[in-house]
Amino acid sequence: MADHHSPEFRLAEFVYLEARLLDEKRFDAWYELFTDDARYWMPLTRGQPDGRMHTSLFYEDKLLLKLRIERLRHPNAFSQQQPSYCQHVLQQPALEQVVHSAAGVPVIAAEFMLNAGDFLMRTPFMYVETQLDTQIFLAGIAYHHLTSIDGTLRIRMKKIELLNCDAALPSIQLLI
Amino acid sequence: MTRYRNDPGAVRALVRADSVHRDVYVDRELFDVEMEQLWRNAWIFVGHDSQVPLPGDFYSTAIGREPVIMIRGADGSVRVLSNRCAHKGTKLVSAMHGKCPANMLRCPYHGWTYRLDGSLRTVPLKSGYDGTDFQSTQAAQGLPEFASVNYRGFVFTRLASTGIDFHDYFGGSLSSIDNLVDRAPEGRLEVAGGVLRYLHDCNWKMFVENLNDAMHPMVAHESSAGTAKRLWQDAAPGTPKPMVIEQFTPFVNDYDFFDKMGVKIYDNGHSYTGVNFSIHSQYSSVGSYERAMIAAYGEERSRQILAEARHNTVYYPGLTIKGAIQAIRVARPLAVDKTLIESWTFRLVGAPDELLERTTTYSRLINAPTSVVGHDDLHCYKSIQEGLAAGVNDWISLHRGHPPAEEHPIAGVYGATNEVPMRGQAHAWAKFMTAGMTQE
Repeated sequence: MADHHSPEFRLAEFVYLEARLLDEKRFDAWYELFTDDARYWMPLTRGQPDGRMHTSLFYEDKLLLKLRIERLRHPNAFSQQQPSYCQHVLQQPALEQVVHSAAGVPVIAAEFMLNAGDFLMRTPFMYVETQLDTQIFLAGIAYHHLTSIDGTLRIRMKKIELLNCDAALPSIQLLI
Repeated sequence: MTRYRNDPGAVRALVRADSVHRDVYVDRELFDVEMEQLWRNAWIFVGHDSQVPLPGDFYSTAIGREPVIMIRGADGSVRVLSNRCAHKGTKLVSAMHGKCPANMLRCPYHGWTYRLDGSLRTVPLKSGYDGTDFQSTQAAQGLPEFASVNYRGFVFTRLASTGIDFHDYFGGSLSSIDNLVDRAPEGRLEVAGGVLRYLHDCNWKMFVENLNDAMHPMVAHESSAGTAKRLWQDAAPGTPKPMVIEQFTPFVNDYDFFDKMGVKIYDNGHSYTGVNFSIHSQYSSVGSYERAMIAAYGEERSRQILAEARHNTVYYPGLTIKGAIQAIRVARPLAVDKTLIESWTFRLVGAPDELLERTTTYSRLINAPTSVVGHDDLHCYKSIQEGLAAGVNDWISLHRGHPPAEEHPIAGVYGATNEVPMRGQAHAWAKFMTAGMTQE
């Protein structure tokens, strides 16, 4: 039986909530889950070291996330005249162990720059996005770098490793 | 029943001085003929020589339906070879990038091997061909090499064995590639920052025509660029202007801006917008870059190079470039209603990292499958594809700015809201669709 009081359980519930808010298009509540300096990152290649010197599919700060959310509500967002909907199907989120070298430098999950008290969750997922008669399926692994701000969990980085990041992709119109 | 193949008159009748027949975008036979004619008679961009720095390095792609390998030979030159075994047609390499082991290409099926110049090296158990006609066949010659030109790192090919010369084909439009390469303090580029591959459910011409269409940004991109502009207006005074705001907001500049940027027309369908200025003109300067440019070229020449801020140059039919931000987009037709758009970015060798960051940011914001700008463009292209399936009106109007006496577009500079680039493309389309046809 799951221990409903364990930190892992609470963290997993947070990850489920984040996906649910996207699926239900509760974008304002979703946006508030992120810290002010947060990043929402979907690299273009496997093992891509950063989002600045290399193009990504998403590399959004809160300004760009706000733009995306407001644009989806814009009456002249023509590609959304027929709206898209999405559904995340998540594997149980697992608390990821950050591995440090003998010198104390993180060697696994180094890109997240975890501070003491932060958590890294790893969640394999499937994602379906549909627009009337067109449906696309994507799969990958989501990483949530979580931190506590005034006792509330917040996302400092959501990194999505798309399984077919190197494929010729159709439009992906919502947030994964 | 064929209506167009080997009937140059029927093909030419699809293009009038001021309008184009819808079959050009939706007819399946015409798409086949494009692959057999236009994409073989024209010069098509293959890749950049920085992708194959050493002998034996290859990059594989397709030109129309022809699988090709761009490969660096033992002599250091870059060739474009057929990527199909001379024996049964197996593709010799299937990876996009790679290096040939032992400087030879080896077929994965029966083990035929080829040298880096495409010549046949060995065939296993060759005695099996004794007493046959094999030596007199094309297969015995190895892999066909296509005509190619490496223009300042940009490798183009013409699949047809005869036809227009490279410089006659592109003429003065090559100045856009010159300006792009000159922007590197060391005078050369390297492919860097990844390649975005975006599938478009539309004919390739929807995309190519849009690149010099100055009448759509303020309409199609109101929801994305217009929102960016509004969010920036709401920002607290004194907030430093983010790069993404600099890149988004000019898309909703007014008609006057887009008209006055100007469009330059060349023969054979090539053109560029942004003769006088462009949406890239007001980007923040990067001091260390300007100093590197002055050190390399001197004050005056450096100022000349950087004063150009060309918007999009169309190298008809397959390549479009954005010199001002060292990005290119390649249109790869897959079917009459399916096109792959690849967005490539470059490092200006000798320039600081900020320049690479600027172009990877632009590509992500504007050209990615996840782009809010790209979504609305593609939405319009798909809608055109669906709309043109209906024959309520067979003719697409390209009348904007068309003078009555103009039979085909004359090279020169025009207001950029003129539909003259599309008229030029249509004219070139008919020319290179029929250049290899035998009159019946």
